[in-house]
Amino acid sequence: MLRVIGKRLALLVPTLFGLSILLFLWVRSLPGGPATALLGEKATPEAIARVNELYGFDRPLLTQYLTYMGRLLRGDFGVSINTGRPVLEEFATRFPATLELTVIALIFAIGVGVPLGYLAARYYGRFLDHSSVVLSLIGITVPVFFLAFILKYLFAIQWSLLPPDGRQDPRIDATHYTQFYVLDGLLTGEYDAAWDAFLHLILPGLALGTIPLAIIVRITRASVLEVQNADYVRTARAKGLMERTIRGSFILRNAMLPVVTTIGLQLGLLISGAVLTETVFAFNGIGRFLRDAIFGLDYPVLQGFIIFIAILYALINLIVDLSYSVIDPRVRVQ
Amino acid sequence: MSTILPPAAGGSAAPNDPAIDTGRGTGLWKDAFLRLRRNPQAIVGAVIIGLFLLVAVLAPILAPYGGDELPGRTSITPTTIPGPGEIDGFPLGLDRFGGDVLSKLIWGAQASLLIGVVSTALGLAGGMLLGVLAGGLGGWVDNVIMRFVDILLSVPNLLLAVSIAAVLGQSSYAIMIAIGVSQIPIFARLLRSSMLSQRGADYILAAQTLGLSRRTITMSHLLPNSMGPVIVQATLTLATAVIDAAALSFLGLGGGLPQAAEWGRMLTYAQAELAVAPQLAFLPGACIAITALGFTLLGESLREALDPKTRRK
Repeated sequence: MLRVIGKRLALLVPTLFGLSILLFLWVRSLPGGPATALLGEKATPEAIARVNELYGFDRPLLTQYLTYMGRLLRGDFGVSINTGRPVLEEFATRFPATLELTVIALIFAIGVGVPLGYLAARYYGRFLDHSSVVLSLIGITVPVFFLAFILKYLFAIQWSLLPPDGRQDPRIDATHYTQFYVLDGLLTGEYDAAWDAFLHLILPGLALGTIPLAIIVRITRASVLEVQNADYVRTARAKGLMERTIRGSFILRNAMLPVVTTIGLQLGLLISGAVLTETVFAFNGIGRFLRDAIFGLDYPVLQGFIIFIAILYALINLIVDLSYSVIDPRVRVQ
Repeated sequence: MSTILPPAAGGSAAPNDPAIDTGRGTGLWKDAFLRLRRNPQAIVGAVIIGLFLLVAVLAPILAPYGGDELPGRTSITPTTIPGPGEIDGFPLGLDRFGGDVLSKLIWGAQASLLIGVVSTALGLAGGMLLGVLAGGLGGWVDNVIMRFVDILLSVPNLLLAVSIAAVLGQSSYAIMIAIGVSQIPIFARLLRSSMLSQRGADYILAAQTLGLSRRTITMSHLLPNSMGPVIVQATLTLATAVIDAAALSFLGLGGGLPQAAEWGRMLTYAQAELAVAPQLAFLPGACIAITALGFTLLGESLREALDPKTRRK
């Protein structure tokens, strides 16, 4: 198992290496060159010349790349133009917010999606099936930011049931250790703060989780439909096994494989969705930070973000692959 | 020997005998089309797309005002924005800038169509080029191209588009190119795997036995037979392209005038007015969703129609 993980991590190296070259070239192809990228659009020619000399942008490309690579390997992603703080530090304070949001969205998507898809397949062709198919189709085609608007308008503005934006009511004086607001509240015993932070997560979580939910419903339904007529299920029935055992250990377990893959693949969607959702709900996470970076042409942040996401993406895919062997002993990796 | 060979079952084997199938309805695409025509889901999708195309193409005739025009500039105040039916001449009301919402929705259809078609064509062309090279040539070319594709796929699609748009500057061309390029890896990988799965087919072996050149086999045999999944993906990509284009212009990457008639842009500026004028968000949002639904329905039905598993039933 450890060797497999090591091998997969080693395979990640060439991909990240290639990505770093692309990013390197990307920053150098920006309008105005890397000095403008660092200083912003309104830099004076003198300042640009100074930065070019300081960072060695006037040196040969290969030398530049090696310097850049060396800094990346040491975890130095540069300094944000907009805030003047190190990019890595900015991520560290904001990532917990996005992670919290993504986890809520995933819990919602999996918690509703898998049972709904399973039931749709079980009652194939009946009302529940048809409505789940139609709902999942709508879920796929509604843009996440539009859904965020609808939820915000209905639940926050029209009915005032839930807070419209932010991560926590600013009037609550909560202590934060980990930047995971719900967790912080629970750890410090400030349950009202934890509850308030949780309420702030509901609407963005629902908006962000809906597309993955729709996809999970579809995949689960299709997968269960395929599995439930398999020969081994018929054999299990013929053996006289309890229906509950057949459904749990035979159908559901075998149907889960494509579902797990899909859940892993949703991560990219969730991160892209987080940028849009956090924008609508003024949720101070990494997505909103990225959006400000796009607006402010904050290239060090964009560049760091892309590398960060690529690593995260690859790690999640590794976890997904490894989870196969837990679900299905046949794919136990050699 | 020649005398005892019995004629085919039934005796007469004339080509116009109705008992003998001369190939009617058996072609992959013809069969798929017949199946599509019977599928209500496909028909709904086609009707939506038809309407969308009609509105987009006829925008200059249908829209009462130009896309960037602000005919209602004098009717809005900082505190009031006339809603649907509240003011004569503007059936869907005005927006924050004094633009006619109906006209902007109609022109927005044209903008979406243009971005959707151009970016999908770009992604399709680039992806097919890479896919054919990788799947047709194999070997180290395949390896290099696929590693490149892997790198691009290691970044989520929308973020890839955002990074490309950031390099190109803020304009609607940037959005088209960004979305198109971000689709290239998907098409490349799809076409390559589709070609690989066809490689061992009997008709390829037959072509090789006939001594056809590798180029002829790849271009006239392998490629046309591998296009099914790619065409399905292209239809579905039109849906994502419409949504992604709206997302990019919602994030402010569209450039141009703030009142430009784009659905995503309309949503950006509806944000501040959500409490007083929710229709400014709901109308363009619904347009994006319905258009995407049309392409998704058609794409899904096409996938079903082309799927050999469902085809035989």
